[in-house]
Amino acid sequence: MADSVNFHFDIDGDNFTSAGEASVMIKKLLRQMEFSPDVIRRVSVAMYEGEINMVIHANGGTADVNVFCDRIEIVLKDNGPGIADVRLAMQEGYSTAPDNIRSLGFGAGMGLPNMKRYTDDMRIESEVGRGTTIYMTVNV
Amino acid sequence: MSIKKHSVTLDVSRCKGCTNCIKRCPTEAIRVRDGHATIKEDKCIDCGECIRLCPYQAKKATYDVLEDFASYKYKIALPAPALYGQFEELEDVDEILTALLECGFDAVFEVSRAAEMITEYTRRYLKRDDIVKPVISSACPAIVRLISLRFSYLCENLLPIMPPIEYAARIARSEALKDNPELTDSDICVLFISPCPAKVSYVKNPLGVASSAVNGALSVNDMYFKIRAKRKEIKNPLPLSKSGIIGLNWAGTGGEATSLFSDKYLAADGIENCIKVLDQIDNGTIHNLEFIELNACNGGCVGGALNVENPYIAKARLRSLRKYLPVSRNRIENGGDELPSDVMLDEKIADSYSQNISFDRLEAIKRMSETEDIYKRLPKIDCGSCGAPNCHALAEDIINKEADETDCLIRLRESRAGGDAEND
Ligand SMILES: Nc1ncnc2c1ncn2[C@@H]1O[C@H](COP(=O)(O)OP(=O)(O)O)[C@@H](O)[C@H]1O
Ligand code: SF4
Ligand SMILES: [Mg+2]
Repeated sequence: MADSVNFHFDIDGDNFTSAGEASVMIKKLLRQMEFSPDVIRRVSVAMYEGEINMVIHANGGTADVNVFCDRIEIVLKDNGPGIADVRLAMQEGYSTAPDNIRSLGFGAGMGLPNMKRYTDDMRIESEVGRGTTIYMTVNV
Repeated sequence: MSIKKHSVTLDVSRCKGCTNCIKRCPTEAIRVRDGHATIKEDKCIDCGECIRLCPYQAKKATYDVLEDFASYKYKIALPAPALYGQFEELEDVDEILTALLECGFDAVFEVSRAAEMITEYTRRYLKRDDIVKPVISSACPAIVRLISLRFSYLCENLLPIMPPIEYAARIARSEALKDNPELTDSDICVLFISPCPAKVSYVKNPLGVASSAVNGALSVNDMYFKIRAKRKEIKNPLPLSKSGIIGLNWAGTGGEATSLFSDKYLAADGIENCIKVLDQIDNGTIHNLEFIELNACNGGCVGGALNVENPYIAKARLRSLRKYLPVSRNRIENGGDELPSDVMLDEKIADSYSQNISFDRLEAIKRMSETEDIYKRLPKIDCGSCGAPNCHALAEDIINKEADETDCLIRLRESRAGGDAEND
């Protein structure tokens, strides 16, 4: 029997208003599994930022969350433009978000840094023109 | 916390198995199996949605009747303020209260009076700095049960002060004992006149108190006709009412919240809207709110499934009734910001899961994983023809061994087409 459970989400890049829904779903599911509020908060913030990024910067993608007793693994995958300079993108305040997105309160350039801060492990694989995959782990 | 006795029940002989109710049940508590509905006792919150929408009147609310309590020496009626909105051309609440005495009660105590006191105590509670905000009203029992079932992490936010019905019953009892020294507590019977099945259920399964001071719950629609008949005979109503505007306002949405004199509130009604609000509290999209009032019924208690009148008409009537009334007639002058222990709930309203007692996370993960595996095989069209409200609920039922994958007509067809390969 499986000792983990996988939840798969398609993140729709054309529907900005639904951005963030997967992270809400995950929060609910983690609550059913009675993870601590701290773990739930870290997973949902990291997931939320990644989800929003895929919608704003990469026209959508997929999110896979694997829940184990001792850790939660998140894989965010898109076929967007990729990130040319990952180190630069990781800097606080760096953002290429367009103005119309900024007026909604996004584009503060804190997404990737927060994903790093809230997770125990984060790895970015990105290729310009092909897409980005981000692996994150939150230990319980 | 599990409910021993529900108010909402099914009349199997009337049920056509149409599946109308299963999709609209806010806690997914109804299934149609063997051609008729069944209600899952552990999930039903007695909100009364299914009573309102069943086209065949197969869902009904059970409640007590006055005659059941004939043996008590002293009977006190606790009318909910929604009751007053049921009567046409009512000039004065006293007419209804006097008619209640004529119906056989020895005393009346308006729940709206206790509501005015609870309002005052809630204002005091909100001033404390050691509380979890937004504070969510605990007055609607359907909402409290919904929170404990589906939003258990918000139990901390529930107002830990007695709902008006409970506080009214306690004051009414002690007043009766004081006024009638010959009585003992067991001679007294307190009967609530309920606008909804949720409060009938509350009386049988109280929330946050070890036992309720209310002995039984009659229904507004049952009492309506009795009161109407007596009302005609009354020439001079007795001056019994002691409620003000605030107390009467509790009958409708916003009545409780607006009386707190803070503009940092939200008041919602209708179970679907309430669920959306509860979802949002967590998303951080509701900022800076101090108080959230949630009413399971449209319009608030005037919209309860046991009323006779349309909620909006009842609300309009209450509006003219409260004209020229003092703002509140049950002020609590002394005590500063103190919260007396007799208004506080005896126990925390906890979630209904077996939290921390026997929870096995690995087991939960395995079950979820199996549920997801089954769910992946289902058509995900949420047609409801299996008798479950959606494909995911069917997957859960299958894991709980309450249903079979072939209850899904599409899966059944597939397994037949595949030579019954999976049906061994
Ligand atoms: N999935 C992605 N695909 C392409 N570019 C991305 C992606 N995620 C982040 N970026 C780039 O990294 C930058 C910084 O991201 P982030 O820290 O989340 O800030 P913000 O989203 O506010 O711009 C973005 O402005 C964007 O240029
Ligand atoms: S709505 Fe529900 S209770 Fe009413 S007939 Fe249909 S299945 Fe039966
Ligand atoms: Mg971002």
